[in-house]
Amino acid sequence: MALNEMHAEAVAGVVDRVVARYRRDPSNMVQILREIQEACDWISPEAIDRLQATLGVPRTKIEGVAGFYSFFYTEPRGKYRVLFSDNITDRMLGNRAMMERLCNSLWVERGKVSEDGLVSVGKTACTGMCDQGPALLVNNYAIVGLTAERIDQIAELIRGKVPLAEWPAQFFKVEDNIRRADLLLTADFKPGDALLAARARAPDEGLMASNMRSWREGLPSGIGGPAATLDEIKRANLRGRGGAGFTTGLKWEACRNAPLKAGQRRIVVCNADEGEPGTFKDRVLLSRHPDLVFEGMTVAAYAVGATKGFVYLRGEYRYLLDHLNAVLAHRRREKLLGENILGIPGADFDIEIHVGAGAYVCGEESALIESLEGKRGTPRNRPPFPVTNGYLDQPTIVNNVETFAAAAMIALKGGDWYAGIGTKHSAGTKILSVSGDCERPGIYEYPFGVSVRQVLEDCGATETQAVQVSGPSGICVAENEFDRIIGFEDIPTAGAFTIFNKTRDMFEVARNYVHFFQHESCGFCTPCRVGTSLLKNLMDKLHYGAGSPYDFSEIEKLNQLLQSMSHCGLGHTACNPVLDTIAKFRPAYEKRMNQQDFTPAFDLDRALAAARQMTGRDDAAAHLSTEHGGAA
Amino acid sequence: MSLTFTLDGKTIPFTEGQTIIQAAGAAGVFIPHLCYHPEFKPHGSCKLCTVKVNGRHTASCTMRASAGMVVESETEEINAERRALTQMLFVEGNHFCPSCEKSGNCQLQATAYHLGMMSPHYDHFFPSRPVDASHPEVLLDFNRCILCSLCVRASRDVDGKNVFALSGRGIRTHLIVNAKSGQLGDTDFTLDDKAAQVCPVGVILKKRQGFAVPIGERKYDKAPISDTMTEGK
Repeated sequence: MALNEMHAEAVAGVVDRVVARYRRDPSNMVQILREIQEACDWISPEAIDRLQATLGVPRTKIEGVAGFYSFFYTEPRGKYRVLFSDNITDRMLGNRAMMERLCNSLWVERGKVSEDGLVSVGKTACTGMCDQGPALLVNNYAIVGLTAERIDQIAELIRGKVPLAEWPAQFFKVEDNIRRADLLLTADFKPGDALLAARARAPDEGLMASNMRSWREGLPSGIGGPAATLDEIKRANLRGRGGAGFTTGLKWEACRNAPLKAGQRRIVVCNADEGEPGTFKDRVLLSRHPDLVFEGMTVAAYAVGATKGFVYLRGEYRYLLDHLNAVLAHRRREKLLGENILGIPGADFDIEIHVGAGAYVCGEESALIESLEGKRGTPRNRPPFPVTNGYLDQPTIVNNVETFAAAAMIALKGGDWYAGIGTKHSAGTKILSVSGDCERPGIYEYPFGVSVRQVLEDCGATETQAVQVSGPSGICVAENEFDRIIGFEDIPTAGAFTIFNKTRDMFEVARNYVHFFQHESCGFCTPCRVGTSLLKNLMDKLHYGAGSPYDFSEIEKLNQLLQSMSHCGLGHTACNPVLDTIAKFRPAYEKRMNQQDFTPAFDLDRALAAARQMTGRDDAAAHLSTEHGGAA
Repeated sequence: MSLTFTLDGKTIPFTEGQTIIQAAGAAGVFIPHLCYHPEFKPHGSCKLCTVKVNGRHTASCTMRASAGMVVESETEEINAERRALTQMLFVEGNHFCPSCEKSGNCQLQATAYHLGMMSPHYDHFFPSRPVDASHPEVLLDFNRCILCSLCVRASRDVDGKNVFALSGRGIRTHLIVNAKSGQLGDTDFTLDDKAAQVCPVGVILKKRQGFAVPIGERKYDKAPISDTMTEGK
């Protein structure tokens, strides 16, 4: 493991530098651990020793956090850590063959570290590159559109120990693939415009006073720009774009009205932890229109009286960080962030970016806040809600990237304009992340109310069997439902639109999603922690041909239990993909119902696979020739 | 005016700020639970104490009581769900009651009896969880850990030591110990710690003392858990 050995002094140097930059503040633990790993390749016991000493927090806390996130390694994982995205769309595009090719080429076993400690190859949940898969991450940097040729080039670079910074730049090029743009993606918008428009809505008298009171002193003011801005957001009938569809104006108002204790301030958080498999629209919004998103956050800060903002960027989008920080720096120079924004006395607001580390559950707002505070990403007990007791117990709003982009446009053009777009119950537009079986995967922005059929037509999908809308936690739409519409009144969505043609096996789609939930369960509550594993085992049992009607009723019972007893939405929705596909694509399951009566999941011949691998045998005598469930 | 809510039709008084399970306990009504302990901040993770409040499932250890709320607890539906959760906890770890020092004093076992659990129902996971015998006075048998985090809270909030914490995620969540070696023997943990007293199952055990009280004469052998776990009795 020589490659992973750094002198304790060198490790201590790295830790001290990182800790100092984060002001010795343990609430930055996730960022501190990420940067230590970026410098040292893993989080070694020596690094934890030093952290414990410099941060003054118990070792158990550091290890507890490091152990929670998929992208943190407390054991060496090589100088090059390759993770193949394993969403169903990556599978459909042949990611397994690519992974095998790389493993064979590098002489490394999947999931293990090579003997020389140079490289590890594994898989990870959807990396948000579904329109240009198969994709992988190497040391958390994305490489898309993998081909056999590209895999061979990667293997060569790794074998040659070429530093990642010297790899060809085109390897890391990610396309935006905007296929249909509407009001957000065509925004003719100059940074600062939305803020100026929001400020212009304030009645002339009392402008300064109201701003000063709301921003610097954190007091809600009844009149003036902030209240007028909030009114526009309400009039726009804007609802959250993260999937749940909570009314944005109400959330902002609750935060604005929440009392502040001494030393507290209000917080605006942008949820860019786009982890739902099949979703990638926030990636495009952030790479193409970061100013629109940051301006939306600033508008929100103006409306609620917040002085501090965070973007929680999913770890898979680490490659966007430097660009986004550059945009923030530019906005500071332009007086669009910082103190006295646009020269308004007391208008203080700044934004900091936190990068996640591979935990889908952190998309849940209270888990996200825990992660921002440098803790394990476990959803909180609620009430109280974040609007009153959020980040470090301060009033906090958490909104989706797209919600902030829309808020900026509403501030600019007014609530009535926005409310006039879309449908009665769903104002505005929705950006869809289209992937799977179609000719033109990518980003499509539509006014709400567009039918599934229309989207399929626009993206060139033919012979479509099903569309998974809003990812595994959303719904699976079958052919007879293609006239249903995207909107809160019919099919609400966070944006994923994954297409399956008639050659696809919908059972395997559901099984992939069940494996995803099992991997991403935070483990806090009993029903989700154990239940998602039981569900995974049941789906694997069906896959291996040992399924019977008994297992169907077990799945249904598990679903009920997870719905009623789970702590958060992850558990509540974990059975959705299975129930939907059982209801709509029963033949895919019946094909696997090989057994009439209960049959154990355990299969002796399969259990011997490990022994066969160890002895290098695969001849007939190394197998049991019995039918499943028969006597050996 | 006194504040009350109804629990399975019974009127339960409460004071402002009390949770449902606290008020029920004070009134002598038992609600099954494992991660809840009256002396510690509620955790809300085991979900055994789930009740229906005005028709909606919620954990009674974290939900504050409010006047007039209608709470259901001892219904066939909720007890069936609690039974399933208990079965999940049994198959997730390695629980061999007949050979366990804690048998008869174990809340998991007693809760299973209370709920009429007749079998584990689900396939066992048989996880590999090595024991930690490094401490001179205490044995840690992680096979029985149900991740209630009571020892974590006791060590942190009462002992001020942070000897325990949860690490890992999902089905791999596990208890860790505050030492570079990961061994309890390398911590300042002692038998006098509060954390040594709170384990509801048989993870934290005193060494060199086995079966001092014979099976059959232990706490829950004499009375069911529902008779011994409420503050009102």
